[in-house]
Amino acid sequence: MNKYLLLLALCVSTSFADTLYITLEKDNALAVVDGASGTLLKTVPLGQRPRGLALSKNGSLLYVAASDDDTIQILDTNTLKVIGDLPAGEDPETFRIHPNGRWLYVSNEDDNIVTVVDVEKRSVITEISVGVEPEGIAISSDGLWVVNTSETTNMVHWIDPRQQGITDNTLVDPRPRAAEFSVDNKSLFVTSEIAGSLSRIDVASKQVEQQLSFRIPGVDQELIQPVGVLAHPDNRLLFVALGPANRVAVVDIQKMEVIKYLLVGQRVWNLAFSPDLKRLYTTNGVSNDISIIELDSLKVTKSLRVGHYPWGITVKDD
Amino acid sequence: MKNNLMCLRGLLLLIACLLMPVLAQATPVQLKIAFLTQKMPAAAALSNLDPVLIDEGLQGARLGIADNNTTGQFTGHQYSLQYVELAAGADVGQAFERLLAEGYQYVIVDVQHVSLLALAKRARENNVLLFNVSLADGELRNESCANNLFHLIPSYEMQADALAQFMLKKRWNKWFLVKGNEPDDKRFAAAIKRSAKRFGMKIVAEKSWSFEHDTRRTAQAEIPVFTQGADYDVLLVADVKGLFGDYLPMNTWLPRPIAGTQGMVPRAWHRTHERWGAVQMQNRFYTQAGRWMNDVDYASWLAVRTVGEAVTRTNSTDSTAIKAFILSDKFSLAGFKGTKLTFRPWNQQLRQPVLLATPRSTVSVLPHKEFLHPLTYLDTLGYDKPESSCSFNQ
Repeated sequence: MNKYLLLLALCVSTSFADTLYITLEKDNALAVVDGASGTLLKTVPLGQRPRGLALSKNGSLLYVAASDDDTIQILDTNTLKVIGDLPAGEDPETFRIHPNGRWLYVSNEDDNIVTVVDVEKRSVITEISVGVEPEGIAISSDGLWVVNTSETTNMVHWIDPRQQGITDNTLVDPRPRAAEFSVDNKSLFVTSEIAGSLSRIDVASKQVEQQLSFRIPGVDQELIQPVGVLAHPDNRLLFVALGPANRVAVVDIQKMEVIKYLLVGQRVWNLAFSPDLKRLYTTNGVSNDISIIELDSLKVTKSLRVGHYPWGITVKDD
Repeated sequence: MKNNLMCLRGLLLLIACLLMPVLAQATPVQLKIAFLTQKMPAAAALSNLDPVLIDEGLQGARLGIADNNTTGQFTGHQYSLQYVELAAGADVGQAFERLLAEGYQYVIVDVQHVSLLALAKRARENNVLLFNVSLADGELRNESCANNLFHLIPSYEMQADALAQFMLKKRWNKWFLVKGNEPDDKRFAAAIKRSAKRFGMKIVAEKSWSFEHDTRRTAQAEIPVFTQGADYDVLLVADVKGLFGDYLPMNTWLPRPIAGTQGMVPRAWHRTHERWGAVQMQNRFYTQAGRWMNDVDYASWLAVRTVGEAVTRTNSTDSTAIKAFILSDKFSLAGFKGTKLTFRPWNQQLRQPVLLATPRSTVSVLPHKEFLHPLTYLDTLGYDKPESSCSFNQ
């Protein structure tokens, strides 16, 4: 019966429908949510402490880092069954797939390396030594740069995918977490959790161009800990998850100024857009829910309980 | 033939030119840090549960050096550690002079109170920075504070304030204070009394444990009698070496919780701490040391990281420049406690949250947000600027 209901739910959703995949760090599971209606469709068991996740280029496969199992699991998005895994080094946390659809870059926090995996051959291409506690990975859409942030070394490491090696390093504010290229690949945005700041780095010179320190009236400065960052394809707006400040900052990219702070759930980690760019989704680790933000009005419209410690999120166009 | 030779010379020149930057990178700037520790006779242990550590602090410093060197491979800095271990009666001053002669500008010190005061004077004369990783008494941060001395370990006053803030929140306002005879017990007890006053707590009873009984056989009989009398909410114990405090839990006359040096303890670091990325730190340390990290290890790691962070940011190895940077607004250290760690300029104590822990759980991390402060909530722990009697000019 449930199967039919699910089928019905999937059929009812229009062509704008999107499916959200959310890792639940403490439930060892994946929450599957219909984005348009904001309903939890089902929960699928995963490996231990699932965190980063990403879809394959054609959307048929879902890769999920099961950190405590030291592997990246491969799920078929049609059946949501685990069909294999990738060698991912120890404690894989965040990863991204290169625009060529083949190279997957994953940070191994305990070993100070970034592992490059061939997703087709399911084998390790190489390991790249980086700073202490590698965390965020970002890849420019032109495929020319892969960057990795290291939390204790406080650097952005610039990896040239053609050489699979580091060619440059940029020192940033303490505890850099996530990184995101601007849509035109000219700038790189990096959040620094402990400094409570956002840096804009010029990709050509690899120098920090501008910085923004977040300040929210009535919120302790210590609680403002920027983590996930997401650039809007219009190259005008940037969204920054502020962790225990329980807010998402909407930043004007050109001015590097905050336009608005949106109150969301507790300890907001990561962000994702709906494919039609109508909605922004946030995972809120402590309040065990996701917030749904309407992008036109920049208003939080809904929150939905999904399970314990929602962490990563990725969205599939249906 | 001549042309060929020219070509060869040109080629060699080209190779030389190509090699130059590689060679320049191959000789990184060296930065040496010393770790000076004086072994003390091990206290008579209450039980054989905890192994006596022979590498306390050293392992933290080693991990810090490894972390700094990982960063150093990108910045062209190379860090090394010299470990100097002295026997209980050895001359600390002499060992320090040797380090001065060898040009050490950064010295982590794990020595006794008296020795530290002497070293601080020599450090100042020689522009050397000292990092205290084990002494928690307030006097070193007040009357005896020294210009070139930085404190990485939280003071007894910071620890006691963390306890008091927790008790205030729980409304456990009536305290029974039990203290031992050691100098550190008296210092910790004094810190407890200061915190009680600061946070409006009442010490309803105070007793000294004088070791007149053979507690190994009679703890069950002695402790209930010893703790009879006044009614109280919580028993605070000051037994730094752990000579009797572990007998108190479950043996008091009234059913009351124990906190202080035993029971729920204030710590800079604890094996149960896992928030804010601390798990990674715990794992890295365990892999290296084969045991869990303790407060002195953590403080030593922080000391090495402080130097590393300042060297990376200033691109200088000069102690005057490093000191100026460490005390500036630009300096901040990430220490797995969810907030940036900075130094208090008035006594050079590292600001940091204090963990309250029981053997298998972190009960709370203090200060709580409710304790407000105009500058930073971290300054609600320990000697704040207006209370400080430290003067670096003396």
